[in-house]
Amino acid sequence: MSDFLFARSQMAMSLAFHIIYAAVGMGMPLLMAISEGRYLRTGDRGYLELSKRWAKGTAILFAIGAVSGTVLSFELGLLWPKFMSYAGPVIGMPFSLEGFAFFTEAIFLGIYLYGWNRISPVMHWIAGVIVAASGILSGMFVVTVNAWMNSPAGFRVENGKVVDVDTLAAMLNPASLHQVLHMTFAAYVATGFAVAAIHAFFLLRDRASLFHRRAFGIALAVACISIPLQVLSGDLSAKRVAELQPAKFAAMEGHYRTESGAALVIAGIPNDSTMTTDYALKIPYGLSILAHADPSATVTGLEEIPRDQWPNSLLVHLSFDIMVASGIAMLVLALWGGWRWWRTKKIPEGRWFLRAMVAAGPLGFIGIETGWMVTELGRQPWTIYGIMRTADAVTPMTGLVVPFVSFTLLYIFLSIILVFLLRRTFIENGGRKRSDPPSAMEAPDADHA
Amino acid sequence: MQITPELIILGVMLAGLILYVLLGGADYGGGMWDLLAFGPRARRQREAIASAIGPVWEANHVWLILVVVLLFSAFPPASAAIMTALHIPMTLILIGIVLRGAAFVFRKYDAQDDVVHRRWSTIFGIASFLTPFLLGISLGGLASGAIRVEGDVVLSGFVAGWMTPFAIACGLFTQGMFAFLAASYLTLDTREDPALQNDFRLRAIASGASLAPVALAVFWLARYDAPHLFQGLTRPWAPFLLAAVSICAVGALVALYRRKFPMARAAAIAQVTLILLGWAFAQFPYLVPTGLAYQAAASPRPVLSAMVWALAAGSLVLLPSLYYLFRTFKSRDPAGPHIG
Repeated sequence: MSDFLFARSQMAMSLAFHIIYAAVGMGMPLLMAISEGRYLRTGDRGYLELSKRWAKGTAILFAIGAVSGTVLSFELGLLWPKFMSYAGPVIGMPFSLEGFAFFTEAIFLGIYLYGWNRISPVMHWIAGVIVAASGILSGMFVVTVNAWMNSPAGFRVENGKVVDVDTLAAMLNPASLHQVLHMTFAAYVATGFAVAAIHAFFLLRDRASLFHRRAFGIALAVACISIPLQVLSGDLSAKRVAELQPAKFAAMEGHYRTESGAALVIAGIPNDSTMTTDYALKIPYGLSILAHADPSATVTGLEEIPRDQWPNSLLVHLSFDIMVASGIAMLVLALWGGWRWWRTKKIPEGRWFLRAMVAAGPLGFIGIETGWMVTELGRQPWTIYGIMRTADAVTPMTGLVVPFVSFTLLYIFLSIILVFLLRRTFIENGGRKRSDPPSAMEAPDADHA
Repeated sequence: MQITPELIILGVMLAGLILYVLLGGADYGGGMWDLLAFGPRARRQREAIASAIGPVWEANHVWLILVVVLLFSAFPPASAAIMTALHIPMTLILIGIVLRGAAFVFRKYDAQDDVVHRRWSTIFGIASFLTPFLLGISLGGLASGAIRVEGDVVLSGFVAGWMTPFAIACGLFTQGMFAFLAASYLTLDTREDPALQNDFRLRAIASGASLAPVALAVFWLARYDAPHLFQGLTRPWAPFLLAAVSICAVGALVALYRRKFPMARAAAIAQVTLILLGWAFAQFPYLVPTGLAYQAAASPRPVLSAMVWALAAGSLVLLPSLYYLFRTFKSRDPAGPHIG
């Protein structure tokens, strides 16, 4: 493997690792704030207890997110100095604003985690709300930078130099809206489903646990509300990508030949040499409808793109299908749970529903990882779409295998410890709460439908 | 000299770096004293350090990110040159930052038995020692003037500057400075426990005193390894600055000896701030001495003006938040309404 490929692998690995903690850092504060808000409204200390337990897990995950984010802010320059030198003036604004948003998040998280006994309950809750809001803002600013790489705007190139920079236009580039929506909802979906899965698991063992029922209810509500919005933002994203990045869109859909009334290609293996996607399920007119809301619309195929500008169609197409499949699976679950919730007016706790929720736990994060692969691999060979190739942005440094292997081992080590620690935190919590006597208000119900 | 947006952003970056050293640096120093904790009160020393660092350290760390972000946004070619020429020590710093952050939080939330606790403490402490050393080496390497650039292309390779005796002395000096800051602050964080306070008092005196010979070594080596910086320190303002640093250094030690802890902390802060200002003024106007001055490396003017406004707006949120954070956790009287 060349140094260039090691640089790409290191960047991809760092992002894939960080994005999990970034999403948790956006999602968990919302769950904690909802729970603490319920405590303030009802005075029920169970919700306070729940916020505190969630805060513990969040503290660990946030710390890992903060350090892996620091690594990324350096790696941009360490691995892609020419990209940063070129793009710095244009994307400096969202990065600077992100700096402030993250600062706010870190400050109020410190207050939230350590301030239970130092500030008034209402101030404490407000600190939590600020963490949730600044986490979202911080994510939004970073995503506008990625959107700019996909759809560069707000500058002109003159003699290879960037001139006439309009930082606002760069930040509000054509890809910003759909990418920001899709990533923000993704964070809520992934956190909601993952947390719901953990508490569903403990509810299956002990239906009487008020603690886990409350936790499950809040996480399920966030999951059920965010997944339909996420699917809608996904539809918007697909339409925008079809317009802005035809090569990425064609690769996502395994679509080689430009045609009107194009069929939607599901699964299958894209084959660049025959320019067909083999063994696929094809839905007539599906792609034209999806891309342009018109069954006879013409959809650009990869054949129109110069061969040296094709992304890796196999990886992009399969990642895209996995993302869509996980999204649809979660949508079905949310409809099931939402329907039961609406019909019975209580948190759905049927054995099969809980089992399905446990199984769906990783789906949100699978969606995030594969979705990120779609947007990043789909942009290749460009780092700034149509303007700078990734290969031209890389550092002249050699021996990049060393940092790649070091960071990979480091992150694997951290992941193992994290899983171990979080698992133990939850099992201890679950174990302790199992002996809780059921309260008068919430007797264990017999609804196992 | 006219105040330009370039200069304002440069000033904010320097302020950010000084705050990172004063706040984040002390967190590193805390990690060093954690590793070096000994005697009958070792456990209590560690606990005092952890509770002093805990609430503020995520925020303290963001100053570094702010400096890096401003560097690559406002002075992109300088950022590219620095990140290329110092790729190796910077990467090692990142590994140190990750290990330190992870070990600190793992220690807090892992099993509270001594063996596990000690294991994370050791990783936290070692990373707290090595990372400032590498930070000092990197800044020393940068200040050395050995990094040769043309545009944003680095001509001097990947080991220029930072593998010199001068840079290594800078690394040692940074370690000592962080340890000194941490111990000075901890004398105030432990004011309810005189024995513990005295432990940190002695540590502050020891580390503060040890800074003097290292500082002399840095100064002496600069003559050979960082001629531009050395020349900068022979400018007319330099003797006043050196005198002021010396007065603060001696003042801090005397105040520690006489148990005037708030005064000792103030003197330590002034001392460190002046040292960083001295380095910045000696290197001025170069971001990468002596090939890349700040004017040549600056982003287009409209970008910088917009950034100045963004910084001003950001500060309106940041400064009150920071004030609230430190008032909540570092004020003398933590009494207040309680939850839970």
